Amino acid sequence: MTEQIKEREALGGAEVGRARRRKEDARLITGRTQWTDNIQLPGMLHVAFLRSPMAHARITRVDASGALARPGVVAAFSGADLAGEQGSLPCAWPVTEDIVIPDHPPMAVDEVRYVGEAVACVVAIDRYAAADALEAVEIDYEPLDPVLDMTEALKEGSPKVHEAGNKSFTWKFAEGDIDAAFRDAPVVIDRTYVQQRLIPSAMEPRAVVAQTDGDQFTLHSSTQIPHILRVMLALTTGIPEHKLRVIAPDVGGGFGSKLQVTAEEVLCLLLTRRMGKPVKWTESRSEGNLTVHHGRDQLQHIRLAAESDGRVRAVQVDLLADMGAYLMLVTPGIPLLGAFMYSGIYKMDAYDFTCTGVFTTKMPTDAYRGAGRPEATYAIERVMDELAAEIGVDPMEVRRRNWIEHSEFPYTTICNLTYDSGNYEAATERALALFGYDKLRAEQADRRERRDPVQLGIGISTYTEMCGLAPSRVLGSLSYGAGGWEHADVRMLPTGKVEVVTGTSPHGQGHETAWSQIVADSLGVPYEDVAVLHGDTATSHKGMDTYGSRSLAVGGIAVVRACDKVKEKARHVAAHLLEASPDDVEFSEGRFQVRGTGASRTIQEIALATFAAHDLPDGFEPRLDASATFDPDSFSFPHGTHLCAVEVDTETGATAIRSYVAVDDVGAVVNPLIVEGQVHGGIAQGIAQALFEEAVYDVDGNLLTTTMADYLLPSAADLPSFVTDRTETPATTNPLGVKGVGEAGTIASTPAVVNAIVDALRPYGVHDVRMPCTPERVWRTLRSREEESA
Amino acid sequence: MIPASFDYLRPSTLDEALTMLAEAGEDAKVLAGGHSLLPLLRLRLAYPAALVDVGRVAELRGVADRGDHVYIGATTTHDEVVHSPIVKEHCPLVALATATVADPAVRHRGTFGGSLAHADPAGDLPSVAVALDMEFVVHSPTGRRTVPASGFFLDYLESALEPGEILAGVRVPKLGPGWGFHYEKFHRTAQAWATVGVAVAVRRSNGTVEEARVGLTNMGPIPVRASGVEEAVRGAEAGESLREAAGRADEGTDPPADLHAQPDYRRHLARVLTHRALLSAAAHPTG
Amino acid sequence: MTRISVNVDGIAYQDDVEPRLLLVHYLRDRLGKTGTPIGCDTTNCGACTVLLDGRSVKSCSVLAVQADQCEITTIEGVSSDGTWHPVQRAFHEEHALQCGYCTPGMIMASIDLLKDDPDPSEEAVRDGLEGNLCRCTGYCNIVRAVRRAAQEMRVTAP
Repeated sequence: MTEQIKEREALGGAEVGRARRRKEDARLITGRTQWTDNIQLPGMLHVAFLRSPMAHARITRVDASGALARPGVVAAFSGADLAGEQGSLPCAWPVTEDIVIPDHPPMAVDEVRYVGEAVACVVAIDRYAAADALEAVEIDYEPLDPVLDMTEALKEGSPKVHEAGNKSFTWKFAEGDIDAAFRDAPVVIDRTYVQQRLIPSAMEPRAVVAQTDGDQFTLHSSTQIPHILRVMLALTTGIPEHKLRVIAPDVGGGFGSKLQVTAEEVLCLLLTRRMGKPVKWTESRSEGNLTVHHGRDQLQHIRLAAESDGRVRAVQVDLLADMGAYLMLVTPGIPLLGAFMYSGIYKMDAYDFTCTGVFTTKMPTDAYRGAGRPEATYAIERVMDELAAEIGVDPMEVRRRNWIEHSEFPYTTICNLTYDSGNYEAATERALALFGYDKLRAEQADRRERRDPVQLGIGISTYTEMCGLAPSRVLGSLSYGAGGWEHADVRMLPTGKVEVVTGTSPHGQGHETAWSQIVADSLGVPYEDVAVLHGDTATSHKGMDTYGSRSLAVGGIAVVRACDKVKEKARHVAAHLLEASPDDVEFSEGRFQVRGTGASRTIQEIALATFAAHDLPDGFEPRLDASATFDPDSFSFPHGTHLCAVEVDTETGATAIRSYVAVDDVGAVVNPLIVEGQVHGGIAQGIAQALFEEAVYDVDGNLLTTTMADYLLPSAADLPSFVTDRTETPATTNPLGVKGVGEAGTIASTPAVVNAIVDALRPYGVHDVRMPCTPERVWRTLRSREEESA
Repeated sequence: MIPASFDYLRPSTLDEALTMLAEAGEDAKVLAGGHSLLPLLRLRLAYPAALVDVGRVAELRGVADRGDHVYIGATTTHDEVVHSPIVKEHCPLVALATATVADPAVRHRGTFGGSLAHADPAGDLPSVAVALDMEFVVHSPTGRRTVPASGFFLDYLESALEPGEILAGVRVPKLGPGWGFHYEKFHRTAQAWATVGVAVAVRRSNGTVEEARVGLTNMGPIPVRASGVEEAVRGAEAGESLREAAGRADEGTDPPADLHAQPDYRRHLARVLTHRALLSAAAHPTG
Repeated sequence: MTRISVNVDGIAYQDDVEPRLLLVHYLRDRLGKTGTPIGCDTTNCGACTVLLDGRSVKSCSVLAVQADQCEITTIEGVSSDGTWHPVQRAFHEEHALQCGYCTPGMIMASIDLLKDDPDPSEEAVRDGLEGNLCRCTGYCNIVRAVRRAAQEMRVTAP
C-alpha cells in the first residue's frame, strides 16, 4: 500500500475514499470460490469439442460413429447434426449499412475458416472419456487457401474467406478541412504501426454448465455479460428469454475476452435440450488460446501535419482491422471505439479517419482491455514523439504546446467529444517530479556521449480515454444493437440491513466492496450491513454487465440514484412517524431528524416500521426499496501521464524497464486500493503488449502460440514495481465525480514503453521498433540502421 | 488436457525397474519427476503404453562425493542439486545452471537425470554436461555402461539411451582449485526456455586464462562444446582478447529457427553471451 | 486402477485411480477440493500449486499415483481453527488479488518461498514466484503481501 493510501485511510469518516479491504477476498483466499468448473450436478455429462486442424477447408465427411463405440460415450454430433437448431452466433454491432456479416454457425457445417473452429463434439460420462473419444471421430477435409494477410486479402484475386469477399465494411469519420491542413504543412509525419494480435489470457479458462428440467434452462458460464448473454442466447437458440436463467458465478478475469456469446455456450444449451441431462464443458488453455477471441490486430497508417514549432494541424488515419474469420459480438465496433481517440489530449483543426474491416482465416478478434482506445493512443503518442524528434524539441514540450489547457475545459475535440474536465498540467508536473525527468535526461546524454552499449531511453505517454460506456443515444448513432445504461436495485431489509442488486457483473473489480462503500455513505448504514448481489439473471433481472470501464461511472451512479429513491421513501415514513412535514425532515448519517427539534428515527427503524406496515402514510406501499436505471449523458475521460525509463542493451537487443511512474486522474475515487490495483494490472498488460506478447500464425494459418510456453505472459520476475500516484479532477457529468479506471493503465503504458525504447535508440537512427519489441527485433532494427548508414 | 491411458508400474529397486521396463516392451517410458514427460502426455504428443515410475527407487537418488568426481543420482531433484553442499563446493557450475531451470515448484519435482535424458538442447543442463565432460552411468538388464557427455546427446530429444536402459546417475568430474564459473542464460521471460545459454568454466593464473570449458545451450539439435573458443582463449589475458575468442562461439553450431529467434540472431547472441560469461567466470575464481 | 493412500489437508483417503489421473483432477473431481484451480496444460501458470510433503508442486503435472503415501496441503488446509495463515491475511491486507483465480497457487508458492527465505528481498520474491502467473495485479501488491507476511511470521515465530 502506498503512503498516499495509508494517509487517506487515517482520515476516517466517510466510506467513499477509504481503502477498504475487499469483501470478495475471504472466499478467494481460502479456496471456497464458486468457479464454473467446480459445479458438479447429478447425472452431469461432459462435452469435448473436436476442432479444425485446418485454417480453411471444405468438410467432405464426418463420421462420429467410432466415438460412440468408446467406453463412457453417450453421444457424438457433427455440425450437420445440429444445423437445424444451432442458428448463427450474433454480431450486435453492424457498423455500416452495407456491412458484410457472414453466417457463423457455432459448429462448422460445410466449411472451416480458422484453426480451432469446432467441427464435432462428444458427450461422455467424464472428461477423460470425452477427451479419449475425440480421437475416434473421423473427418475429411478438402483444403482451401488460407487468407492471412490483410493487405493481400483486399487485393483482387485473393482467395476468399467468405463468398461475399474479404471486406466486411469501410467506416469513415471526418471533421475539418484535412486537405487544407496537409497542404503546405511545414512538417508531415507519416508512419505505419502494427498492433499485433494478442491473446487475452484471463487466468480462468472458460467453462460452461447447462441444465434443464424440460422447461426452464439454466446456464452457468464464466462470462462478463450474463444479462446480454441471456438475451442473445434466447434469440439464437429459440429458448424463450423468460425460460432461460444465466449465472456468472465467480469469474476468473475477463479483460474483454468474456464479453462474448460463444459457440460453446450455445452448443451446451442445445446439448442439454437434446439430452435432458446437465452438461459441462471446461476449456483447456491450449484450446483457449485457439478459440477465445483474440485482441488488437490492426495495421495503422497515421499521418500528422504540424507547424514548424510543433503545433499540430491535423491527423489522418487509415486503418485496417483484422476481423478474423467471422464477426462476433462486437468485433466490427472495436476499431470505432478508437476512432474518436486519435486526437488524444491535443487540439487540432482537422481529422480524418477511415477503417476497413477485413476477413482472414484466423480466430475472430473482439474486445480486449481498452478495445480500440489503446490502439489509437499508441498511434498518437508514438507520432507525437516522432514529431518532437523531427523538429528537435523535447517530447514533453511538444505535448505542452498542443494539449488542452486546464482553463479550456470543457473542451470539444476535433472528434466531437466534449471532455468535461481534466488537468494535464497537474498530472504531468507530479509525474515529472516522481520520475526525476531532468536527472534521467542528463544520464541519457552522458550515456550517449560515452557510446555506452547500454542506452537509456525515456518514454512519455500523456493519454486520455473515453470510459463509462455509454450514452445509449450515442451507441444508437453508431449502430450498436443495445443501450449503454445500467441498473441497480436497493432494498432495506426488515432488520435494517441492505441488499444491493447490481446489473454490473464483476470478475475481479471489487464491486461488492465499492458498491457497499457507496451505499454505506448514501444510506448512512454500516459498510458491513450491505450485501451486493450480482451475476445471476434470476436475482439481477436487468443489467448491461461489466466492460469498457463502465461499472462505476454508469452502474455506480445507478446505485446512487436507487439509494436516493429509498431515502426519499424513508423520509415520508419518518415524517409520518415523527408527525412532521416531509419537507421539515432532514437526513444525515443514517438518521431522519425534524429540523429544529431533537425528534428523529434511524433508517433502520424506518425499515422495520415499513416492514410491519402498522402505521404508514396513507397510500404508502409497504416497501423500502427502489430501482434506478442510469443512462449517462456523456462518456467520462480519465487521463494521466505515464513515464517509463528503459535500458536497452544494444549488443543483445534486450530491454529492461528501469523505472515506471504513472500519475492517473480518474476523477473522484471510491476505493483507492482498488484503483491502485487496477492501474498496476493495466500497466502490466500494456507493458506485455510492448515487450512480450504476440499471437503468431504460420504461413498455413496454424497458431504457433497455443500454450503459455509459447505465448509469453510476464511473471513477477519480468516486471518492475510501479510508482503510482493520482491527481483528482472530478468528472462533472455524474454525481460521484468518477471516471473509470479499468483500462487506463493498459492504454497508457504500451506507448510509454515503446517510446522509451525508440528514444534510447534515436542516436542510432532508429525511429520505430515493431511490437512486441523483442530483443531480436531491437537487434535487427539496429543492424539494419547500421547497414543503411554504412 | 488429459493424457491417454497407460499402464503404471512402480519398482522399488533399480533391478526391478529394469525388469519391468524390459517386460513392458518398446512403448514403455521411464517416469521420474515427470516434468518433461507429463506436459507431452497432456498435450497428447506422446502415447506410451506404460510408465515405469522410478521415483521411489532409493538408489537412484542423492548426491555423493566420490573423490575425483561428484556422483548425482538420476532422480535427485533440481532443488536437491541446487542446495547440495557437495555440488556447491565441487561443481558450482552445475548449481548455477540448475538454479535457472524452470521455477521453484518444477525444481521440487523435476529431476537432474530426467532433464538430461530428455535431451532437449534448450534445456540448461545438457550444455553444462558437455562443458564439464560429465559421464552418464547407464544400466540395462545385461549390465552397466558409461557414456561420456560428448556421446550421450545424439539428436533433438534423442539420447544414447537404448530401449530398456535406465540412466542411473551422472559423474561430474571435479575441476580442482582456481576455476571460475558462470551460466549466462538469455531468455525472453523468466519462464521461457533459453534462447541461448552459455556455460563457462575458466581457470586463471597470473591474469591469463589457462584453460576454459564452454558449453552452449540451444545452438543446435544437441548441446555444443565451443572448442574454438576454448582454443582461442587459452593463454589470453582477461580483456579484449576474451571478446575476440568469444567471436568463435558459433563455430560449428547449427542453431534452430523458432518463435523466439532466428539462427543468425542466435549466433550473434552466442558470441556476445560467451564473452560476458567468460568475463564473469574469470572474475570470480573459486578455491 | 491403482490403489493410493494420501492425506489431504489432514484427512486420510484411500482410492482406486486410473494411473493417468492428474493429481489436480483427483483433488477437484474426486475429493471435491475445488479450492485448487487449473489454469494451463504446460506447468506455466502455477494456479494449481499445492504442497506435496511440504514442498510446492504444480498438481496438474503430478499423477495422483505419484502422490501415493504423500501428504498434500491445499489452499483449503492452510488456515487453522478459522484463523487465516499470515500469507492469506497479507494478501487480503495488501490487495494482492483481484479475480482471485491465481491466488490459491500464489499463496501456496509464497508459503513455500518463505520456508526457504524468511526475509526475502523484493527481487527474491519476484524470482521465487516466477512460476505463478497473475493477469490482474501486475504483481506489485503480491510482492508487498509476501514481504508483509514474512515480517509478520518473523515477529510471531517462537
